[in-house]
Amino acid sequence: MNITIVDYQSGNICSVINSFKEVAKGKVNLEVASDINKIKSSDKIVLPGQGSFKNCVDSLNKINGLADTLKEFAIINKKPLLGICVGLQMFANVGYEEVETEGLGWISGKVSKINNQNGKFKLPHIGWNEINIQKESKILKDIKNKSHMYFVHSYEFIPEDKSVISATTDYSSKIVCSVERENLFGTQFHPEKSDKIGLKIIENFMKI
Amino acid sequence: MLKNRIIPCLDVKNGRVVKGINFVALKDAGDPVEQAKIYSEGGADEICFLDITASTENRETIIDIVGKTAKECFVPLTVGGGIRNIQNITDLLLAGADKVSINTAVVKDVSFVKEASKKFGSQCIVVAIDAKKVSNKKWEVFTHGGRNKTGIDAIEFAKHVEANGAGEILLTSMDRDGTKSGYDVDLLKEITNTTNIPVIASGGVGTLDHLYDGIVKGGASAVLAASIFHFGEYKIKEAKEYLNSKNVSVRL
Repeated sequence: MNITIVDYQSGNICSVINSFKEVAKGKVNLEVASDINKIKSSDKIVLPGQGSFKNCVDSLNKINGLADTLKEFAIINKKPLLGICVGLQMFANVGYEEVETEGLGWISGKVSKINNQNGKFKLPHIGWNEINIQKESKILKDIKNKSHMYFVHSYEFIPEDKSVISATTDYSSKIVCSVERENLFGTQFHPEKSDKIGLKIIENFMKI
Repeated sequence: MLKNRIIPCLDVKNGRVVKGINFVALKDAGDPVEQAKIYSEGGADEICFLDITASTENRETIIDIVGKTAKECFVPLTVGGGIRNIQNITDLLLAGADKVSINTAVVKDVSFVKEASKKFGSQCIVVAIDAKKVSNKKWEVFTHGGRNKTGIDAIEFAKHVEANGAGEILLTSMDRDGTKSGYDVDLLKEITNTTNIPVIASGGVGTLDHLYDGIVKGGASAVLAASIFHFGEYKIKEAKEYLNSKNVSVRL
């Protein structure tokens, strides 16, 4: 099996690479690339993302044909794709970080700033928080409800269709932290930084 | 709910872990990669490396140690010490650090925080503030491991770095560091009340009650300690169980 971690200059993806290498242990062929042909020939794609929504979208669009290739992979051919953090957020139609920015539009919804309730909740939302599992999900297989995952973000993905939500976490409100629609997966938290339980999620994605 | 974080810190010099009293008289104790692994397996919520001599001895941070640690520890790794420019941050992140902690370079020029957070995202930019009490309710920022005074008010500086895009503040009391007499809770309270970003308490932990004080009395989102964990006085797990028994929510 070939898994490609998309490297589109979206910031630091070392931890994603290290964690996938740890789980793959040589059994899965892991590539880190932005090359369109490599992506096309992959079985699965990981789309990381750090920094701002706008930066990530801009970086992705800078690589000629990348957005279309990812769309063909995930939406038309329905092959498994996992978005992490801003990688998930980019599934939305629109994001409001810095300025209004068009997203990939794969799952209808928006990305807006977490309501900090006049400073009652510090932002970024940094640290370990419990996930509340909302529906059965392939990547959350054998993950106990209320497991702790590592978060670091100030913006949240709000999908229109609530049935895509596979887990939420409580911070100011119920924040969407895991989505699943057919072959499309995304986590707001960082499985690559969430200790053994995070590696289990990566393993689940590899086994799909 | 979001859990309070326990962060063991490893002060590193020449590739070895050390811990001093008030930043001088260093003792030697251990290999940082092995230590980090032990902490990670013991339930540390994050791991912090501070290259404590980098600023004064003009040495770059410990890239290879970070690289080795990042391949074995799957919790967030913060690295600080001697970061002067964007290239230093890039090098550390490429080696596998998740966040960097910047001190002297920000005091020199606060626009460095803006530049760094714009390039890498606020989530990976921690500003380390070393503060010393100068009078009642007044603290001053120090640099170079507590050697140089700056004349800058610590509370104003904290607000300033937040406005410039810092994701977190790592607040060390220079009066308490290495003394085991507890965090400077007054300082913590002032800073956590006037900023809206998470504050990591540092400097002075000698007992598990001090961790409790940092979170409950000082309002810190995370507590950092070095020697109580490093010399095996307490295990991370013990610290967490203790806090949990006192109704402080932690990841168990």
